[in-house]
Amino acid sequence: MLKLEPRQEPSTLMAYASPLLAVVLTLTSGYLLFSLLGKDPLQAFQVFFVKPIETRYGIGELLLKATPLILCALGLAIGFRANVWNIGAEGQLTIGAIVGGGIALYFGEVDAGWLLVLMLLGGMLGGMAWAAIPAFLRSRFHTSEILVSLMLVYVAQLLLSYLVHGPWRDPAGYNFPQSPMLQAAALLPVLTEGVRTNLGFVLALILAALSWVFSEKTFAGFRLKVSGLAPAAASYAGFSEKRNVWLALLISGATAGLAGIGEVAGPIGQLQPSVSPGYGFAAIIVAFVGRLHPVGVVLASLLMSLLYLGGETAQIQLSLPAAVTGVFQGMLLFYLLAADLFIHFRVRWAPKHPVAVHASTAVPEKPAAQEKPA
Amino acid sequence: MMAEHLIAFLASTVGAATPLIYASLGELMVERSGVLNLGVEGMMLVGAVAGFAAATQTGSLALGFAAGMTAAMMLALLFGFLTLTLQTNQVATGLALTLFGVGLSAFVGRSFVGQVVAGVKGVSIPVLSDLPVVGPLLFRFDPLVYGSIMLFIVLGWFLSRTRGGLLIRAVGESPSSAHAIGYHVIGVRYLAVLFGGAMSGLAGAYLSLAITPMWVEGMTAGRGWIALALVVFATWKPWRVVLGAYLFGGVTILQFHAQGFGVRVPSEFLSMLPYVATIVVLVLICRDPKTILLNQPVSLGRRFHPDA
Amino acid sequence: MTANVNTQPRLALRGITKRYPAVVANDGVDLVVKAGEIHAVLGENGAGKSTLMKIIYGVVKPDAGETLWEGEPVEIASPAEARRLGIGMVFQHFSLFETLTVAENISLALDERVAPDQLASRIRTVSENYGLPIDPDRLVHSMSVGERQRVEIVRCLLQTPKLLIMDEPTSVLTPQAVEKLFATLRRLAAEGCSILYISHKLDEIRALCDVATVLRAGRVTGTAVPREETSAALARMMIGSDLPECHLQARLPGEARLEVDRLSLPSVDPFGVTLREVSLSVRSGEIVGLAGVSGNGQRELLAALSGESLSPAASIRLLGKSVGDIDPAGRRRLAFTFVPEERLGRGAVPAMSLADNALLTGSRRGMVDHGFIRRTLVRNFARTVIDRFKVKCRNEEGAAASLSGGNLQKFIVGRETMLEPQVIVVAQPTWGVDIGASMLIRQSLVDLRDRGVAVLVISEELEELFMICDRIAVIANGRVSPAVPTAQTNVERIGVWMSGRFDQGSLEPAHA
Repeated sequence: MLKLEPRQEPSTLMAYASPLLAVVLTLTSGYLLFSLLGKDPLQAFQVFFVKPIETRYGIGELLLKATPLILCALGLAIGFRANVWNIGAEGQLTIGAIVGGGIALYFGEVDAGWLLVLMLLGGMLGGMAWAAIPAFLRSRFHTSEILVSLMLVYVAQLLLSYLVHGPWRDPAGYNFPQSPMLQAAALLPVLTEGVRTNLGFVLALILAALSWVFSEKTFAGFRLKVSGLAPAAASYAGFSEKRNVWLALLISGATAGLAGIGEVAGPIGQLQPSVSPGYGFAAIIVAFVGRLHPVGVVLASLLMSLLYLGGETAQIQLSLPAAVTGVFQGMLLFYLLAADLFIHFRVRWAPKHPVAVHASTAVPEKPAAQEKPA
Repeated sequence: MMAEHLIAFLASTVGAATPLIYASLGELMVERSGVLNLGVEGMMLVGAVAGFAAATQTGSLALGFAAGMTAAMMLALLFGFLTLTLQTNQVATGLALTLFGVGLSAFVGRSFVGQVVAGVKGVSIPVLSDLPVVGPLLFRFDPLVYGSIMLFIVLGWFLSRTRGGLLIRAVGESPSSAHAIGYHVIGVRYLAVLFGGAMSGLAGAYLSLAITPMWVEGMTAGRGWIALALVVFATWKPWRVVLGAYLFGGVTILQFHAQGFGVRVPSEFLSMLPYVATIVVLVLICRDPKTILLNQPVSLGRRFHPDA
Repeated sequence: MTANVNTQPRLALRGITKRYPAVVANDGVDLVVKAGEIHAVLGENGAGKSTLMKIIYGVVKPDAGETLWEGEPVEIASPAEARRLGIGMVFQHFSLFETLTVAENISLALDERVAPDQLASRIRTVSENYGLPIDPDRLVHSMSVGERQRVEIVRCLLQTPKLLIMDEPTSVLTPQAVEKLFATLRRLAAEGCSILYISHKLDEIRALCDVATVLRAGRVTGTAVPREETSAALARMMIGSDLPECHLQARLPGEARLEVDRLSLPSVDPFGVTLREVSLSVRSGEIVGLAGVSGNGQRELLAALSGESLSPAASIRLLGKSVGDIDPAGRRRLAFTFVPEERLGRGAVPAMSLADNALLTGSRRGMVDHGFIRRTLVRNFARTVIDRFKVKCRNEEGAAASLSGGNLQKFIVGRETMLEPQVIVVAQPTWGVDIGASMLIRQSLVDLRDRGVAVLVISEELEELFMICDRIAVIANGRVSPAVPTAQTNVERIGVWMSGRFDQGSLEPAHA
């Protein structure tokens, strides 16, 4: 029968291989899924994964959609490594959009460069402020940041809905719940002709580099890592848990807020009842599939972005519901978690009644694990 | 007029509280055994869509509820397999379960949007249901409401009086000790997880077959997360789950009855109430670390590998 | 010894072998236990005693060898089967549930269903009968460690065992309680029950046991009749050479560097111990030992000393400065270091490399510059620790979890030592550590003392404390006794204090 043996040291090979394994399994399942739905699987594959990026415009769309994913996931990854579970990035994104968009609407007549900078800063601060709530409540009252940040997602979305239905609604908009379109000076400049990819993508890449420096080279990053791997060791070393929680949440709130204003000052161009098809949640998957590492996050964002685009194309060309994207996303995360098994465990075929004396059939025990229970 | 409004309000509260009771009590059992399943929202949605689909296809509400429970149990089984056998991180897997459940339910539910089904009807008990005031307040609910109260009684008795309940509490506190004595910790946890799944599925089906008999994408609107918060609020005790569920039910219903009570606040802010209330309640409970230390199952969320 | 009808030995193990990737835990072990015999399994930490007991109790399956119960070959596949044969085990780390009552705990471990009131009366009868009275309705978390052990023992006794395995039972008992336990065990043996007594404490084994099987590095190095051997002879069988000793040269201590002044601290953990009026002082150039059975407030005191729990500012003074309200980082800045009881997960991060673990507390040695980590300095520091303290590992990039207990402890002690502290607090320095590493660690503490550092050692091992300490105090129920010079006291006196009976009237914190 198959036996699971813990490894002595986590396998670095599998740490890199498991996301790939997860992707392969997801694609295979997708193949089966398409067949089950009565579509020609190869054609569906082509429509889903290849067609969206065939043109220059398509690649631009890929990068455009990847931008908010990269931004959110970078912040989330830093948090997850520190065992700070910011599930409410979607809410921080929304607040960032509100604050940044609000600034643009307030300065509706302005046509200068500083407006955009102010908007981006405002978006970041908005996201940070929204993330400060779970940070404060966890530090002071020991509440779970998972539940608090998640509740705040609903609150943020309701706030946005109120604003675009009421005070911020475009008077010339035929009573549609949306704000006036933002003026040109309030929009992120497009990188090149013929695509919609904007400055946000460049910002995302810069942030990815900064995030790598932070995690690998700074002591603050080290402290966050320790507090995630062994909270008792962090406390022993004198690393303030409260400081770590604040830092992790503020960083992820800032990046999510930036993603939010990036959408409003980018492809959407105004405030609408929904400014994100769940980027804040998809970013959770991206963070995991990207192994919580900036390079992995960028790659995983591109994959996730492709899943979004594929879903849209499949809806038009194959009459598949767009929700199939959500199914793929969920599957991807499941497969990744399952594939991660191989990092910490080995699978062995072990006979039921061991008679032969071979070390390989034994269940290993961590040698230094003869510890007193805490 | 006011009294009628009040009675209607209280009666709707009970309806709103019922899915929370089922989902929370289910998750309570899971957490008492030491497992944290954050996928309640996903399982509820899957239960809702499966229940609705089965009911519209077969015309039988009973089959609808059964389908809802089964579908959610299958997701729970997947969760159990990943966290208990493959030893994955419980928080991440629970989140994955929710995301997958949201996506899957939206996907499956596409073809059922706009359809209707005859929802579950309230009971009609001779004499009792016709009493003034007390009648609509206590005796006109559908069977599942009474079922939820029965469930709370049975669970409370099970946990505190039976050997099975003792075992679950023991496993939740110290799986290694239970294992050393010779109990099958993983098996006990599997059963708890499956039970939790069934209850979440039942709660979801109740939403789509009783409260608002139709399917809408994301119709749980965070109730699964509120159920999780309820377990904390209840400090893992069944009677407090019921208490909290009725409080939350009331807060949720408030937004629909506010106008009747003469309240003039934009509807979006009224809709925020359940979520804000959840946060407030969590703060009140978690404020004193001793409360959590005394009541939270010690091994909650931690991996257990039956190392030989 | 009572005459036995069955002349076969109660338990016989032949050629038992168990291998793990890193180590061979048991290598061709033979063991014969007669009926009514108290049989010691003697060996130092890491010799393979615990693994052997787990095999007998069905928790672990051997790779080779056979087990004979009363002459018949058997395969013990699970604890339930072991219990069916009549084997009971009292674990070193209790398998009890704190939030349940004694009766509920015992009922979970019994294989037959017994009605609650019947069970309660049976518990009372049996426990009183054997001199270990316990109250069935008490919640376990309210019981002391010694009382909890009684629950474990009564749990086994209720199933009328034919073989009782006791795994290091006396580490949680005061000397007086040890005597009571021995009386119970002798009574059981006289009734025909065989006892397997696992320990590394030579004096106890000589006092209690009929036969001893000695294990070293997984192999049986011999059997002996303990009463007929000297401790030195047994030690030689156990570790292959004479038991090394630490010699302290008398020294005049300097100024008080660590002072605890009437510290009272309520416990945050509802199951924890409240500290009451704790006073203690450690001077430069001396080692003060704090003896006590675990669960008497050591954890709470350590947290207060390290800064993980904050206390009134003046209740703790480092080098004369009030630090009670300063966090761990601040105390380290005052040249205070601390070796915790838990190695993996607290003293070191298991998944991180040794180099990164050096950075854990070593960041003040210039390894961090304006917030950035200087990797080369970190690596060099780690390498120095590894070399100087003979830590056996691949290199400094290996994960902490891959080291054996002894080597990891050497690394942690080495790291803290090399931070050049003025005060060092060490908790359970040699728990679960093999004899070679233990001696190195103890010697390094003595070296620190000779260099003028103030050393506080908290340990459950009285022998260790008597070996290396200038003065000894006792912690019991959250109170600390006065510290007396080691030469002026003995194990019995300390044992009495460990049960809480010490006179706090003449409490002079600064000088003994």
